[in-house]
Amino acid sequence: MTAADKAPAGESAAEARRRKNAARKARRMARNQAEAMPVVEADGPRQERVVDAELVAPAPRGGLIEVFQQPYLLKLIVSRQLAQMYAASLLGLAWSYVQPAMRFGVYYFVMGFILSLHKGTPYFALHLFTGMVAVHYFGETWAGGTRSIWQNKALVKKMRMPREIFPVASTVVAAYHTLPQILVLVIFCLICGWHLTWTAVAAGVLGVLILVAFAMAMGLFFSALNVFYRDFQNIVSTIMQFMHFLVPMMYPFTLVWAAHETHPWLYNIYVANPVTQGVLLLQRFFWYPLIEDTEGLGQHFPPDMWQRGLITLAVCLVLLWLAQRFFSRVENKFPERL
Amino acid sequence: MSVSIQVENVSKQFTLQYHRTLKQMAVASIRRLALSEQFLAVNDVSFTVEQGESVGLMGLNGSGKSTLLKLINGVMRPDEGSIRTRGRIAGLIATGAGFHPQLTGRENLFLNGAILGMSEAETKRKFDAIVDFADIGKFMDTPVSHYSSGMYARLGFSIAIHVDADIFLADEVLAVGDRPFKKKCMAKMQEIRQQGTTIFYVSHATASVRAMCDRVLVLESGRLNYDSKVVDAGSVEGGIHYLQYDDADKDDEDTDEELGADI
Repeated sequence: MTAADKAPAGESAAEARRRKNAARKARRMARNQAEAMPVVEADGPRQERVVDAELVAPAPRGGLIEVFQQPYLLKLIVSRQLAQMYAASLLGLAWSYVQPAMRFGVYYFVMGFILSLHKGTPYFALHLFTGMVAVHYFGETWAGGTRSIWQNKALVKKMRMPREIFPVASTVVAAYHTLPQILVLVIFCLICGWHLTWTAVAAGVLGVLILVAFAMAMGLFFSALNVFYRDFQNIVSTIMQFMHFLVPMMYPFTLVWAAHETHPWLYNIYVANPVTQGVLLLQRFFWYPLIEDTEGLGQHFPPDMWQRGLITLAVCLVLLWLAQRFFSRVENKFPERL
Repeated sequence: MSVSIQVENVSKQFTLQYHRTLKQMAVASIRRLALSEQFLAVNDVSFTVEQGESVGLMGLNGSGKSTLLKLINGVMRPDEGSIRTRGRIAGLIATGAGFHPQLTGRENLFLNGAILGMSEAETKRKFDAIVDFADIGKFMDTPVSHYSSGMYARLGFSIAIHVDADIFLADEVLAVGDRPFKKKCMAKMQEIRQQGTTIFYVSHATASVRAMCDRVLVLESGRLNYDSKVVDAGSVEGGIHYLQYDDADKDDEDTDEELGADI
């Protein structure tokens, strides 16, 4: 019969027997292995090694700051991420332009010609494209950042490094993909007669800062969540589907403004979105300076755009700090959950 | 001599999660099953290692050896207690380096080197030595996912040993290598040992621990139950004896009997 008959019943006895058996097995394995490792005896004198360093914790809580102290490592991770994206793909990097170009074509055709939204908006194509660049950057950073830790689990489990480096690398990868689009945008703006003012430049800088800070905060936060529940990467892509319609790019802001008195709550939620802020500020930079007749344009920006923008930037920086706090708290659990 | 590794009252707890989807969790909570369980992998361990000491870490499977190495390496942080180390740490944890499967051996070499703290210039300087030692020839430009486990271990070990670290951790990594390579690795480890590098060596092979280590630590269910420095003033033999790895075959027969009975 079973061994349980011989031993007194009870959890601890069974446990002890299991341990004893495990010990025996390990001993036998050790005997088999004892000669398995070749023995190389030391020869020559032992030197003393003087280590010129402090006694520190092997895993410092440097966070984002530590990431930016290692630009070489960040560069390698970014190029790794790019290489991985285009592994076994014929068109390679071109895919990140084909997709936005197609989307632009569809939106331009459906919104512009079928719904004739371009009639009230001069340079509608640039109005739309500016928004698409901003949303594309945000979406790629957020979605890429969310998946980043999970995708790099082979490294995260075995090597010590500031793990914030993966979401940060997604920010850089997204910027790398967005830059040529911005270049296209600038060229078309120049063709259409771009007369920049300092106000426009300030709007552009503020808009970029808001987008980067918000995208990085979201990427950092969701990358940690995604380690625990993979549902978050689907949630992110679902929200990003909506995001294209939640910012004033395929329709002018005037339509939203028209509703601000009848639906003050909805209006406030709409403009509180940092991506909306970023899109509006970038339109102020790229699209608005093209227009000669600004009088007949109507309320194309919120009247309190600057105050809102500065407050939103401050909020985004606080969010980034909170995301970092959250990340440091839970990252200790990453190796066992991956 | 200076302190190289200082481990004070370190504990590490793991959460074993049984149910991952909401549906499974709901079913489990209706049946009153535990949703998760806590498991203490390393339990209140304290020791100090001097620079240049070579420590053999022994224990049965699942006794917390790899977890302890991960804590020293910095991949995990202890839940309680503190660990402090001096200088650069390199090594291989839980059979195999942290390679990215889609990258080639060459790209992984640079990435791994950067993570271990080497600059681009330093990696380039050591590149030939690393490739020579690993001796995997044309596979340097093949993605590592196509590597055999032996090639994987070769490249990982070669990078780690060439980092010029102050602390070297070796966790049963060489189990998959062939005999000539194992011999080469052991010789290399003796070389860095003589240069004064602190070594942590995990192995069940008593003869090789005897030759490589000055001191033996034995972990049992996460507890540090034997430290040869405390008990036998540094003898390695005591640790091997403690684990009864040098026992005669006397218990083998009844083991087989019991195993037979279990079946």
